[in-house]
Order: sequence, then structure tokens, then C-alpha cells
Amino acid sequence: MESIPFEHGLMLAATLFCLGLIGVMTRRNIVFVLMSLEIMLNASGLAFIVSGSRWGGADGQVMFLMILTLAAAEVAVGLGLIIQLYKRFKTIDIDVLSALKG
Amino acid sequence: MTELFYSGAVVAVIATLLVIVQTNVVHALIYLVLSLLAVAVVFFSVGAPFVAILEAIVYAGAIMVLFLFVVMMLNLGQRSRDQEKDWLPARSWLVPSVLAAVLLMQLTASFPAAQTQIVEVGARAVSELLFGPYVLAVELASFLLLAGLVSAYHIAKK
Repeated sequence: MESIPFEHGLMLAATLFCLGLIGVMTRRNIVFVLMSLEIMLNASGLAFIVSGSRWGGADGQVMFLMILTLAAAEVAVGLGLIIQLYKRFKTIDIDVLSALKG
Repeated sequence: MTELFYSGAVVAVIATLLVIVQTNVVHALIYLVLSLLAVAVVFFSVGAPFVAILEAIVYAGAIMVLFLFVVMMLNLGQRSRDQEKDWLPARSWLVPSVLAAVLLMQLTASFPAAQTQIVEVGARAVSELLFGPYVLAVELASFLLLAGLVSAYHIAKK
């Protein structure tokens, strides 16, 4: 029976998560920020799948289904917010959202 | 299977790296679709074919297409593409990369060592869990989707 080292799967998930984190922190375009958030969600789902595979049950896949549902709902709301941002400010720069700044 | 895992992993990491450094939004979305499909290959190689197909169909096929619709609808134009290059000087990558590298090192140091025997857990096993112990979670997921639907409609209208 073939086997994959567990750490390699988790390392892949951690790498993708950190790349998404860099994207969220660096980009000013709100569409890119939302895309990087999707990368992070996908990476955490990957961690769940790899962990579920390590223990041999289907629980990891069930958790991934929940994460997928969450990502879909979040993307729908986030894109609605992007549309509102563009309608009101005519730009997609997140730095214009400074009304709460002290 | 292990070759499939490692090749899918390499493609996913490279595609994700290309997503975050792109200046063109549509190119970045296509690279993101590629990354999601590579992760679907990884799912298949660790013995989860059901979620591999779900990732390809739902994540890459519905959510990313939704992104593309909205980006095309916004119709940002050439001025926005030039603006993207101005927003990304080389030094703006330094601090986030250092912080993420510290996080990555911390995460890597905490992994338990184990060998994953690849057992294929198919759709039937997942469905038995979804209709059995996790039936409440399925109902909650449908609540979440309903809430997302209503909020997205309300937020995006005039």
C-alpha cells in the first residue's frame, strides 16, 4: 500500500496558506484580497483532507464540504460588497475605505 | 500516487505564487483556477476522490466563475491595469513575506511525523457520515447558504 508522509501534506497546506496571507497583506485591489482569502480557505480545507486521510475516515471530507459551503457564501457576500464599493467610490482601492479612521 | 501528489503540489504552489504577484485580474483568476485544479489532483492522490471532484466542480467551476462574472461586469479597463503596477513596488512585499515566513516556520515545526496509508474513501463513506452523525451540520450549512443568498441580494441591489 502506498503512503505519503503526513508532514508533506501539511507542509503544502501551510505553504499555500502563507502565500494567501502574503496576498491579503500586500494587495490594494479588493478583488485580489478576496482571491487571496479564497487561497487561504482552500489551504485549510487541504489540511483537513490530508488529516482525514491520515486517520482513514471520511470526517476530513465532511469538514471540507462545510468549508466549501462557507467559502461559497462568503464569496457571494464579498462580491456583493465589491460591487457596492465600485458603485459608491468608482474605484477598487481599499484605501478609500477610511471613514472610520480616527 | 505519490508522483501525482508531488506534481500536484508543485503546480499548486507555483500557480498560487503567480496569483498573488499578478497585475492583471483576469490572469490571476485563471492562475487561481489552475491552483484549485492542482489541489483537486492532490485530493485525489491522498484517497479522497469525492472532494476532488467537488473541488473541481464547485470551487473552480462555480465560485471562480462567479468571480470572473463580477470582474467582467466591473469592466475596469487599461487605467486599472496600469494602476496595479504602481501599487506594487518591490519593497511592499518585504514585511508581509517576512511575517508569513515566520508563520510558516512555526507551522512547520509543529507537524507530527506519520505515514499516511492511502486508503480510498469514496462518496459512499462520506454520505453515510453526512446522513448519520453530521446531519445537523448539513442543515446548518443550508442555513448559512440561505443567509448568504439573502445578504448578497440585499447588498448588491441599488
